[in-house]
Amino acid sequence: MRYLPKSPSERREMLDAIGARSVADLFQSVPEALRLQGPLNLPGPMSETELVQYFRARASENSTGYTSFLGAGVYNHIRSVVTDTILLRGEFLTSYTPYQAEISQGTLQAIFEFQTLMCQLTGQEVANASMYDGSTAMTEAVLMAERLTGRQRILVARSVHPEYREVLATYARNLGLQIEEVGFARSGQIDASALAGALDAQTAAVVVQSPNFFGVLEPLPKIAELARGSEALLVTTIAEGVSLGLVKPPVDADIVAMEAQSLGLPPSYGGPYAGVIATREKYVRQMPGRLAGQTTDNRGRRGFCLTLATREQHIRREKATSNICTNQALCALAAAVHLCLLGKEGLREMAAQNVAKAQFALAELERIPGVRRVFTGPVFNEFTVQFPRSVRLINADLLREKIIGPLPLGRSYPELTKCGLVCVTETTTRAEIERLAASVRTALLQPV
Amino acid sequence: MYPSDLRYTKEHEWVRLQGGVATVGITDYAQHELGDVVYVELPKVGAKLTAGQSLGTVESVKAVSEIYSPVAGEVTEVNSTLGPNPETINKDPHGSAWLIKLKVNDPGAVSGLMDAATYQAFVSEKEKDASA
Repeated sequence: MRYLPKSPSERREMLDAIGARSVADLFQSVPEALRLQGPLNLPGPMSETELVQYFRARASENSTGYTSFLGAGVYNHIRSVVTDTILLRGEFLTSYTPYQAEISQGTLQAIFEFQTLMCQLTGQEVANASMYDGSTAMTEAVLMAERLTGRQRILVARSVHPEYREVLATYARNLGLQIEEVGFARSGQIDASALAGALDAQTAAVVVQSPNFFGVLEPLPKIAELARGSEALLVTTIAEGVSLGLVKPPVDADIVAMEAQSLGLPPSYGGPYAGVIATREKYVRQMPGRLAGQTTDNRGRRGFCLTLATREQHIRREKATSNICTNQALCALAAAVHLCLLGKEGLREMAAQNVAKAQFALAELERIPGVRRVFTGPVFNEFTVQFPRSVRLINADLLREKIIGPLPLGRSYPELTKCGLVCVTETTTRAEIERLAASVRTALLQPV
Repeated sequence: MYPSDLRYTKEHEWVRLQGGVATVGITDYAQHELGDVVYVELPKVGAKLTAGQSLGTVESVKAVSEIYSPVAGEVTEVNSTLGPNPETINKDPHGSAWLIKLKVNDPGAVSGLMDAATYQAFVSEKEKDASA
């Protein structure tokens, strides 16, 4: 989609054509009290040279040379320049899904490939063209479960990303959904007996994340069995897609909601990222968002088009399946290109390195007196450790060593004070892990 | 064109009342307007419907249409053959492509709907508007 600026004379011409005196005239139907009085508080225009200087100056304020052990929903993985080279092609530079098959075959095919890859990764039968991000995908999956079951009660594991749960709560507030949280066991996994007790005939869905916010893998087959006992659906959210290189795909889930950031998108402040929804084919009509399909054209050649669009907002208005009518096409393309470059073997190798390095880091940290692993459940590339003093104090010392330390969990989980979430990916070197352990050791020797 | 033993609604549903049970479908005009039907969503047996309440949807290649219950009642049967063969709606809308059967609360309510001649006139008017 191009942005075409208009000259003052072109504006005049358009206003004259419709009989308006000024642009402000176009807003007369908005009550005056609601209209903006005066211009927006924005700086004036800049020349190209000034703009380049401005952004160089801003960019130079960025910190560089830090080693990060932060994950918690956003993961730093190796990326190839090939991904960016393809992303920067003008033909792909849109966040929108194209309606017109006759001029959009390349984009539609890329989306179709993305959907195919998401199905292969998640073990599900159908995936959509992408959502905004993991948190909105999870929320849309919950709304989908409500439509499918006609029930309003939702059981959400407390081990689901706290910010994902906040997004869900925001959506649920005015939709009549009843959200209840289920705690976690010593393993770091959902408390299965609490879940069994909470499930009833009004429960639409059980929502878990795997690996969960503590880095622990949830026992999905067992949770699915419990949910099925009450005819509730299992929604599984995945923030770290690289785990699927090794972990069994979530085939027990009825709906999978995933964040695609770790599949080819760099960690960046505020995104943009991409969400994924995948499900069973029988639920496809209740799936939100766009879907690219494969078809044949009038000469029998393979082609692609949007499909099942009749349930979307631009056609069905207020009766639409969801109010998501767009996707993150460019981010989805990045994920598709990245996964194709890695291939099946590459993704498995990447996942294996994550596990190996995380285990090494965990062992190094556990050798420090007073530092212990908190949860017994199996982990992928993140784990929770408890320190003998505040994580914030330790992190202040680590920062001076140019190390961005573990995420303090106390803010979201009052019962987990002095606990930190450590993330190690294939990008983290052995030397960096050893430096982290040495720095934590030194920090703990400092007087408080 | 429109069978005289059926009653019709402005939303283009038809009703056949037999011994307190109403069979409900969509009219030939409705199927023609929708185009090729690809999917039908029906209520569960036992569902209680009020007159004018949505009972399900009929999806064609170009639109999804809500189907409204012409009268109040309880669903006693749904046409399960439409699941695998939704195109029956295009082929035989007034016959084998019935959607649901309802045990009606008030059989008298059916006589308040349009008869075949009135519905024919109603549809002709719509077609005239469309071509005007």
